[in-house]
Amino acid sequence: MDQPERQLNIGSDKQDEHDTRDLVVARPEGLYCPAGDFYIDPWRPVERAVITHAHSDHARFGHRHYLAARAGANVLLSRLPGITLQTLAYGERLAIGATIVSLHPAGHVLGSSQVRIERAGRVWVASGDYKLDPDPTCDPFEPLRCDAFITESTFGLPIYRWDAPQVVFDGIDSWWRHNAAEGRASVLFCYSFGKAQRVMASVDAAIGPIFCHGAVEPLNRAYREAGVRLPPVGLVGEIPAKDKAAFRQALIVAPPSAQGSAWLRRFGDYSDAFASGWMRLRGARRRRGVDRGFVLSDHADWPSLQSAIHATGAARVIVTHGSVEPMVRWLREQGLEAGAFETQYGDDTVEADAAGGVEPAAASHA
Amino acid sequence: MKRFAALYTALDATTSTHDKLEALTSYFAAAEPEDAAWASYFLAGGKPRQSVPTRLLSEIARERAGLPPWLFEESYHAVGDLAETIAHILPPAQRTSELGLTQWIEQRELTLRGVPPEELRTRLLSYWDELDWGGRFLLTKLIGGGFRVGVARQLVVRALAEVAGVDHKRIAQRMVGWTDSHQKPDAARYLRLIAPEVTGEGAQTGEHAHEQQGDGDPGLPYPFFLAHPLQSDPATLGDPSQWLIEWKWDGIRAQLVKRGGRVWLWSRGEDLITDRFPEVAALGDALPDGYVIDGEILAWEPGAVAPLPFARLQPRIARKTLTKKVLADSPAALLAYDLLEAQGQDLRMTPLVERRARLDELATVVDGTLARDLLRVSPLVSAPDWQALAALREESRARGVEGLMLKQRESLYGVGRTKASGTWWKWKIDPYAVDAVLVYAQRGHGRRASLYTDFTFAVWDEANGVRTLVPFAKAYSGLTDEEMRQVDAIVRKTTVEKFGPVRSVTPTQVFEIGFEGIQPSPRHKSGVAVRFPRMLRWRTDKQIDDADTLAMLKGFIDDRAG
Repeated sequence: MDQPERQLNIGSDKQDEHDTRDLVVARPEGLYCPAGDFYIDPWRPVERAVITHAHSDHARFGHRHYLAARAGANVLLSRLPGITLQTLAYGERLAIGATIVSLHPAGHVLGSSQVRIERAGRVWVASGDYKLDPDPTCDPFEPLRCDAFITESTFGLPIYRWDAPQVVFDGIDSWWRHNAAEGRASVLFCYSFGKAQRVMASVDAAIGPIFCHGAVEPLNRAYREAGVRLPPVGLVGEIPAKDKAAFRQALIVAPPSAQGSAWLRRFGDYSDAFASGWMRLRGARRRRGVDRGFVLSDHADWPSLQSAIHATGAARVIVTHGSVEPMVRWLREQGLEAGAFETQYGDDTVEADAAGGVEPAAASHA
Repeated sequence: MKRFAALYTALDATTSTHDKLEALTSYFAAAEPEDAAWASYFLAGGKPRQSVPTRLLSEIARERAGLPPWLFEESYHAVGDLAETIAHILPPAQRTSELGLTQWIEQRELTLRGVPPEELRTRLLSYWDELDWGGRFLLTKLIGGGFRVGVARQLVVRALAEVAGVDHKRIAQRMVGWTDSHQKPDAARYLRLIAPEVTGEGAQTGEHAHEQQGDGDPGLPYPFFLAHPLQSDPATLGDPSQWLIEWKWDGIRAQLVKRGGRVWLWSRGEDLITDRFPEVAALGDALPDGYVIDGEILAWEPGAVAPLPFARLQPRIARKTLTKKVLADSPAALLAYDLLEAQGQDLRMTPLVERRARLDELATVVDGTLARDLLRVSPLVSAPDWQALAALREESRARGVEGLMLKQRESLYGVGRTKASGTWWKWKIDPYAVDAVLVYAQRGHGRRASLYTDFTFAVWDEANGVRTLVPFAKAYSGLTDEEMRQVDAIVRKTTVEKFGPVRSVTPTQVFEIGFEGIQPSPRHKSGVAVRFPRMLRWRTDKQIDDADTLAMLKGFIDDRAG
């Protein structure tokens, strides 16, 4: 955070001290910073967009200039090739208009950032999506002090409480080991970007070979290029179609859209599982119709949301998506000034889709 | 407790029958007999009575989690299950427990009833603090009286048969009455359940067999034989003369057991319901010893030609005490259609046509007694061909029945839904159907949790020259998973108002709603109450103006009366 500022607009400090206007407001195009004239994860084309992370409900085509964390540059470019992208190292400060902007790890996926906006001693932080649990594939969440904190609330109900990641991976390992012992492929459905790499980096690769679906492979490459260590991963498509034996001891990582598709036939006998925070609820698990549901999320659970919000020291909290109403009411009852921004990030219907069945092409990466 | 909680979690976690059987077998192979006794009781559908009122249970959990009431409610509606909600919100446990299932049940769970709230609080908090997620969920389910497990009774029977090395049909027979709440499961009973087969066992399942088992309970019925729904053209069943055909009665399936001078009445769920039907039990006086009748309890007034609607029987089951008024309002009779035991002999391996003949003989005995009106034999329906039978089936509603039963003349009396010993088919009439408009939605339970899938439907009321939508039925079943998701998305987009968990929506969607029966009901705004409503089809081809009217619904009642 002690990085030199590239440009400093000293302008009218006095006036700024009395300027108590919000540093971020909701506009039809997306979250907007009037003092810096830029948007955060806008859903309509704009001049300048700061992107918190490369998931498709946050990073869209069509903006003129993009700013994102350097750690996530190649993932972002692999998803949005040809964009005009400027990157910042985590913690590096950049003056934009009357503000100073810096990006800090959000712990959600590789390159995910919280956007810190400072103006005349006032600080706002827009956190994008985040989690506090350890993840070997991305930098850990960095707590930031601020006056106003803009938070997600994907799992913003007290029923969502994750087990320690190691407990979940032990569960995945023992499911995989059991299947391998019975000569049966283990097909694990999870979101291609983030969750898939986290799983592959965390399971016990000594159990058997790991394969992935074609949709996962480009992300693996981008992760490796960014220096993230992943075990050797084969591509299902490179195995001859009739060779079912190749998969008998294997873990196959595939996007949820592959569930129920003809693509699965090539594995012969297999057991399937789904890794998502939504698997916490028995109803969602049964609806998903897989053999096993593993509760593994890249979002903060209820206790983490509380501790993250508390750690900012912010008196004002703005909730963007997920369980918005209950979170706002709860925070108000805790004595905070809480409100909501209407956004198009992973909304309520996406929640239902993720919990329910066919994953939509965009969003939903719980 | 740990082991049973792990079994419960394993059964819950998998959808594969093979894996479930494997989990059950390895549990029973390892468990202490006293624990296995309780486990098999629960798995076979036994339920302890609720020992703590729901309100108190949620309040204690909610306070422990430090949540305001509204947030607990919100959580509950997202989960759709109270015990699961409680298991989710409690902070992680600080201790563990090595106590066995039996101790947990007998010393802890069963002794919670009637305990003063303060002590209850202390005990519950301490129990929860010894259990992981699965254990908490299980215990809370047991305490709340809502324990259910996603495993077929037949699978439990198979697992026990495998562990015992005894034929599964024998285990099924020994398990009859196993979940009757009047008897506590214990090690001795469990060991008898899995004991090696005694030569000649089952040849006589009358009092001798039961005394031999030392059960001291001669009143046990036989496992019920169940019918399959007929989904193909009856013409595929061959010559109708090979079938004994009866009306399909809409009552409570029951076995009347008369042995050793006493009488027992059992429901299909193998609950003892003798005290619910004192007058039917009085039939016992008219029957000789060593007889078991299979049939249907119906509300039927002496001398009437047709039974009363099923709704008239409900107070018998629902009311805690049966007043004279309740008894008089729902006069019960047993409509017999099978004889399973006569003179102490098990008749189940005798062809149906012979069992019927002996039933008719028995009926003539009863006919000469005061119990005459209490026992009727289900008459056989005959017609020259399937076409004529189909025409008769169309009369079902007017006769107050649900359709026809087709039973192979030579069929033996099997166990459950087996087909090996000759098949029984139920050939039901199509349900009533109306097109109705979706007006309210609530999130579902179980596999529909967190989706808006519990709907209220309305029809047009054209009284006073104004068309208004009047709600008349709630339904949640009948849609595919894909349709559920689509309707859920529409509900979210068209929400007008939220009343707690219920959303009112802009009426846009029409569904064909099917139901089995309809009654005038002053308690409902629409003036009618329908039975077993469900969605038959999502009529995306219809506009809300095309939906049916209240007048048409009420017409169904008049049709039936006529």
